[in-house]
Amino acid sequence: MASACWPNRCHKRVLDLSPQDWIAVQLSLRIAVVSTLIALPFGIAIAFVLARKEFWGKALLDAVVHLPLVLPPVVTGYLLLIVFGRRAPVGAFLADHFGIVFSFRWIGAALACGVMAFPLMVRAIRLSIEAIDRRLEDAANTLGANRAWTFITVTLPLAFPGVIAGMMLAFARALGEFGATITFVSNIPGETQTISAAIYTLTQVPGGDSAAMQLVIVSIVISLGALMASEWFARRAHARLHGN
Amino acid sequence: MLSVQIEKKLGDFAIDAAFESAGGATVLFGPSGSGKTSIINMIAGLLTPDRGRVVLDNDVLFDAGTRIVTPAWRRRIGYVFQEGRLFPHLSVKHNLDYGRWMSGLAADEKAFTHAVELLDIGHLLDRRPGRLSGGERQRAAVGRALLMRPRLLLLDEPLASLDAARKDDILPYLERLRDDGQVPMIYVSHNAAEVKRIASRVVRVDAGKVTATGGAELLDS
Repeated sequence: MASACWPNRCHKRVLDLSPQDWIAVQLSLRIAVVSTLIALPFGIAIAFVLARKEFWGKALLDAVVHLPLVLPPVVTGYLLLIVFGRRAPVGAFLADHFGIVFSFRWIGAALACGVMAFPLMVRAIRLSIEAIDRRLEDAANTLGANRAWTFITVTLPLAFPGVIAGMMLAFARALGEFGATITFVSNIPGETQTISAAIYTLTQVPGGDSAAMQLVIVSIVISLGALMASEWFARRAHARLHGN
Repeated sequence: MLSVQIEKKLGDFAIDAAFESAGGATVLFGPSGSGKTSIINMIAGLLTPDRGRVVLDNDVLFDAGTRIVTPAWRRRIGYVFQEGRLFPHLSVKHNLDYGRWMSGLAADEKAFTHAVELLDIGHLLDRRPGRLSGGERQRAAVGRALLMRPRLLLLDEPLASLDAARKDDILPYLERLRDDGQVPMIYVSHNAAEVKRIASRVVRVDAGKVTATGGAELLDS
């Protein structure tokens, strides 16, 4: 973090967060960044398939991708629990063969956030892929680029503004995720307690209001910062694509 | 030596064309909507014919009988599109280098300088296509197609999007390219004046069919 404000030196400053709250902030950022980065390659692949391919079951895939957007988050969290829980089929397989355990771990929170953010990411990237002039890809073909190279050198760079927008939306969604996360990996301070969960916890105890307010401010600052960063990237990408 | 014999149904429209080109500039001449662009798209490999054969220098690019379909990216056929189609996210220099990169060719300083001088685009190299005029864009597009060292160059109404003055600016470059003699050209146009200046040979296309082949005198009939 750019701020020089560390847990034990913050007394009597504007922000007076307890070490535990700081950990929640760090966890939130880590979970949001990791879930966004892990969702990205899948998001690009699914967006490309939905934008370009016609196949049997496409409508179904589209619906499944959008499901987390329309389901109550608690339901998504519960579904994750019965699929990726320690004793659930996929969860047990991943734990036994790869040592990846989601239950009650921050990585599980990242999975929940990634799933919740996925439809937003796919939508943004898909729209930008659909907007690409495919004749440019034909041009790349005639210049010796096979499909993979055409994708890497033409399609992806031209879709870049959408990719940035998708990452921003996913990051913001992950930062704000509450229902699915708390259902899937609970609310464990230092492991799965994000800013949102910490604020919720603080509002449930007497005298927690001022600490909750502090976290609210942190949350606003992070979100605004992410928004401004993505605007800057998007403007740069736009300038790159349109002259200059 | 290019030999084309293709059939393709596109909705209600049917293309059934056969012609040969030995070198220089062969012009496909005919009114708009006569199927000229579809024909060169089939030569380039962007469109697959239903039936027929396309052979370039003894290399069978398409043969419906033996089901040979060489993908566009392996054909080494340069294509200058009507609207240029330069990559907007790359500088002119990188656009020019693109075909060489993708075809895995070594850098050839001499060829690069030659093309840049021939087309007079040296001062544009650092710019992006968004900041080029229509004429500059088309010259860069010709350069890009040339620098992949194509076996054949297809030009689809490369001047159609330009005004008369701009056309006169670019035609000399294309004539130089033809007289350079390094790469045979298939040039699509519906503009008789343009064709007269460029054509070594004329293939007349009407409603998807080749109706006559011959010299520039075809234009007067």
